Amino acid sequence: MKYAFSFLAVLALVLFAWLGSMIPGMQYLFGVAIPYLAIMIFLGGFVYRVVYWAKSPVPFSIPTTCGQGKSLDFIKQDKLDCPTKTSEVVARMFLEIFAFRSLFRNTKSELHEGPKITYESSRWLWLAALLFHYSFLVIVIRHMRLFLNPVPQWLQFVDFLDAGAMLQVGAPLLYASDLAILAGVLFLFGRRLVNRNVRYISLANDYFPLFLIFAIAVTGMLMRYFLRTNIDIVNIKELLVGLVTLSPVINAQIGSIFYIHVFLVSVLLIYFPFSKLMHMGGVFMSPTRNMANDSRMKRHINPWNDPTIKPHSYAGYEDEFREFMVDAGIPVEKELPPKKDEE
Amino acid sequence: MALAKLEQLSKSVVQGPSLVTGAQPTKDWMDTPAIFKEGNFAYPAKKEKVEYLNSSSDLNFPNARIWSPDEDDWKLPENWQEIILKGLAERLEKFRSLKIFMDCCVRCGACADKCHFFLGTGDPKNMPVLRAELLRSVYRNDFTLAGKLFGKMAGGREMTVGVLKEWFMYSYQCTECRRCSVFCPYGIDTAEVTMMLRELLHLVGIGINWILEPASNSNRTGNHMGLQPHTFKDNVDFLAEDVESLTGVKINHSFNRKGAEVLFITPSADVFAEPGLYTAMGYLALFEQIGLDYTWSTYASEGGNFGLFTSNELMKKLNAKMYAEAKRLGVKYIIGGECGHMWRVLHQYMDTMNGPADFLEVPKSPMTGTVFDNAKSTKMIHISEFTADLIKHGKIKLDPTRNAHVMPTYHDSCNPARAMGLMDEPRYILDHVVPKWVEMPENTIREQTFCCGSGTGLNTDEIMELRMRAGLPRANAVKHVIDKHDVNMLSCVCAIDRATLSSLMDYWNPGCGVCGISELVGNALVMDNEKRAMGYGADGTESELPDGFRTMV
Repeated sequence: MKYAFSFLAVLALVLFAWLGSMIPGMQYLFGVAIPYLAIMIFLGGFVYRVVYWAKSPVPFSIPTTCGQGKSLDFIKQDKLDCPTKTSEVVARMFLEIFAFRSLFRNTKSELHEGPKITYESSRWLWLAALLFHYSFLVIVIRHMRLFLNPVPQWLQFVDFLDAGAMLQVGAPLLYASDLAILAGVLFLFGRRLVNRNVRYISLANDYFPLFLIFAIAVTGMLMRYFLRTNIDIVNIKELLVGLVTLSPVINAQIGSIFYIHVFLVSVLLIYFPFSKLMHMGGVFMSPTRNMANDSRMKRHINPWNDPTIKPHSYAGYEDEFREFMVDAGIPVEKELPPKKDEE
Repeated sequence: MALAKLEQLSKSVVQGPSLVTGAQPTKDWMDTPAIFKEGNFAYPAKKEKVEYLNSSSDLNFPNARIWSPDEDDWKLPENWQEIILKGLAERLEKFRSLKIFMDCCVRCGACADKCHFFLGTGDPKNMPVLRAELLRSVYRNDFTLAGKLFGKMAGGREMTVGVLKEWFMYSYQCTECRRCSVFCPYGIDTAEVTMMLRELLHLVGIGINWILEPASNSNRTGNHMGLQPHTFKDNVDFLAEDVESLTGVKINHSFNRKGAEVLFITPSADVFAEPGLYTAMGYLALFEQIGLDYTWSTYASEGGNFGLFTSNELMKKLNAKMYAEAKRLGVKYIIGGECGHMWRVLHQYMDTMNGPADFLEVPKSPMTGTVFDNAKSTKMIHISEFTADLIKHGKIKLDPTRNAHVMPTYHDSCNPARAMGLMDEPRYILDHVVPKWVEMPENTIREQTFCCGSGTGLNTDEIMELRMRAGLPRANAVKHVIDKHDVNMLSCVCAIDRATLSSLMDYWNPGCGVCGISELVGNALVMDNEKRAMGYGADGTESELPDGFRTMV
C-alpha cells in the first residue's frame, strides 16, 4: 500500500496547486515565490549533500574490479574494468554514468527442480533506465528555450530533433521525449509492482518520485497538447524569462494547469537533495568505481590511520615461546637463561 | 543441528516458500523479526577470547560475557543504543563509502538475485539491498533531515533490540564477497556495509567465536589455528618429508631465518589440513626446484586475516606482523601463498595501514629477472604471479600428464577476483600443468564468481545447512561441468575455499575434489635429480603414483 500513499500524496499536491492558484493573488506565490524557494533549496541542498559526502575521507582504496588487473606483461589487463591510469578510470566512469554499464551486465537467475540455477542476461532495467534518464535530460534541455531569449540555435536544433519534424502527429509537434519518459516511468513503476523482489524492497519514497515525475510529465503534456486554450505561451515565457533575470512579472491570467506543473516541479526540486534522487551526485563519488586499481603500486593514504596500533610484538611472542623455539631449533633473538643447576 | 539429507534440502530449496521460489511475504520486512534457533546462528565468542582481545590497549572488544543469541536477553550494556549511534556517527565521519552507500541506493533491485545467500535461502533480507536497508533505515532515522522530520514515512526506524538482532543475523549471513557490487549501478558494496555492521556489533559485545577465536590465535601464536612455533615447524617438516618421499628430492626449508631473500607467508590452513596440505607441498617442491632463497616465519605464520571480519583496528594489527617480520628478518620482499581474504587485505589495505614498506625492495624474480612493478609499493607478490612468470620464461619443466588423473575446473575466489583482478594468472598456470581443464558457465566465473558460501569466518559447523544453501550457486555451476565434462577437481587459490568447498562438494557433488593451483604445479613439476616413487596399478604395471602428493598423506 506504499504506492497508494505516495499516489495520494502527489494527488494532494496537485489539488493544492490547482485550488491555490485559483485564489486571486496567489499566482505570485505559485508562479514566483515557490519556484524561487525551490531553486534555492535544490541548489543549496545539492551542494550541502555533496560537501557532506566529500567531508569524509576515502581511507582505503577499494575499487571493485571486474576484469583482469595489471600484472605481468603477457597477461592482458582489462583497462576499462581494472583501470590503473586516470584516463582509464575516466573511461570507466564515463560508461558508468552515460551508458549505465553495470546495469547492462544484469542477469536474471531462476531456480529449477534439481536444484538447478540458471542465469540469463536481462537488460530490461538497463533499457528502461536509459529511456527514462535520457528523455528526462532532453526535456530539461528543451525547456531552456522557455527561459532564454533569444533561443540559441543549438537549442532550436535539439527541439527540432526531439519533435522529429517528419513524425508530425497533429499540431503541435509531438515530442519523442514525452512518449519516452512516460514509457520509462510506467515501466519502472510496473516493475516495482510486478517483480516480487523489487516490490518487497520498495518504500514509499521509491514510489513518490515516480508518481511525481509522472504527474509532471502529464501536466506538461496536457498543457502542450490538450489544454492550450487556457495557456498563453507568450505570458508564460515572459514570466519564466523574468524569473531567470530576477524581475518576474505576471501580466495575464495563466491557466491553473501551468501552476500545477510548476508547483510539482518545485516539489521535485525541494525533495531532490533529501532523497535517493541524490544518486545523481553520488554516482560520481562511489569509491568502488572511481578509484584506480593500483593499490599495490602506489601507496594510498588514510588520514586517520592510527600509528599506535602495533602488532603483538615479536619480542613478546618469543618471550612466550622461547623454550619451545630453542628446542625445535628455530632461531631466537635472545637465548634461554642458563639453567640453575649449571651455575 | 544435524544437516538435512541431500534430497530433503534439494526439495526444500526449490519448493519451500521463499522469495526465490515465488512466495511473496505478507508482512513488511520491518515487521518481520529475526528469530534465532539452533542451527541458524553461529555461536557467540567465548568470554575469554573477547577478554584477551580487549586487553590489548589498541583494540576495543568490550562486554565479554556468556550469552546466547537464542535467549531473549543479550546482556547488552545499559547505554547500548548510545554506543551504537555514536559508533555509526564515527564511521560516517571516517568513510565516504558508507555515506554514499547509505544515500545513493535507489532500490532498483539489480543486486537482489546476485547474492548466493539469497539464492540459497530465499530470505528477503538476504537481498543485498535489504541487508543494507537494515542499517540504512537507522541511518535515515537518526542522521538525515527527511528521517528526522518524517520518520517511518521516509523509510526510517528506531534503533531497537529487534533491529540489533537483525543486524547480527544478517551481517553473519553475508560473506562480504562483493558480487552484488559488480551489478550495482553505483557500485554499492555490501561488503562495506556488512563490515560496518559487524564493527558496530562488536562495540556492544556481539561477535561470533569462529571469528574471534582465530583472530585472537593469530595475534598470540601468529596463526589462526593457534599452532605454536614448534608445532608449526613440525607440520611443515612433515610436509617436506612427504615431498621427499614422493620425489626423492630433499627439501631445504627454513624458519625465521635472517637474511633470506624472500619471506613466504601463506594461510596456516595450508600446513594444517587437507587438501591445503597438498598445496603447501606444491610450494615446497617449487621453491626447492628453483632454489629460491626464502624462509617461513612462525611469528608471521598466517596469511588469512580474521581482523577483516571484525574491525579495522584488528585487521591492521594482525596484518602489521607481515611487514614487522620482513623488517626483522631483513628480507627483500614477500611472496604470499594462495588465500582469498589475505589478498584482499594485502591489495587494498596493507600498504595504507602499515606501509610504507621502504625497508623492502621492489620484488624481482631471481630466476627470470622480472620486476613486479604492479607491487612496487607493497613489495609483496602473489604466488600465482610468481609461478606464471616462471612458466612463461621456461624456468621450470612441467609434465602435465602427471595430472592426467584430474579434470579440473577453476573457481575464482571472490577476493582475488573482485578486489584485485587476479584472474588470468591461475588460468595461465592451469594451461601448463594439466592436460585439459574447463570453465564453468560464464555467469559464475571471473568477476561474477560465486562465493563458497562460508567465507568471512562462517565456516563453522553449527550453521552447516546455511552454508550448504549459500554454497548452492557455486556447487550448482560445478555440477554443470561435472555432468558435461566429467570434471572431478575444483581448483582455486584460496585456503578458506579449500576448506569450505570440500564440505560443499562432499554434500552437493560427492566425488569432486578440491585443490590449490600450486598442488597441480607441484605434481606436474619435473625436478632435477628426482626419483619419483613408483606404485603398481590395478593391472599390475608399475608406474608413477598417479595421485601425486595425495598419495602421501
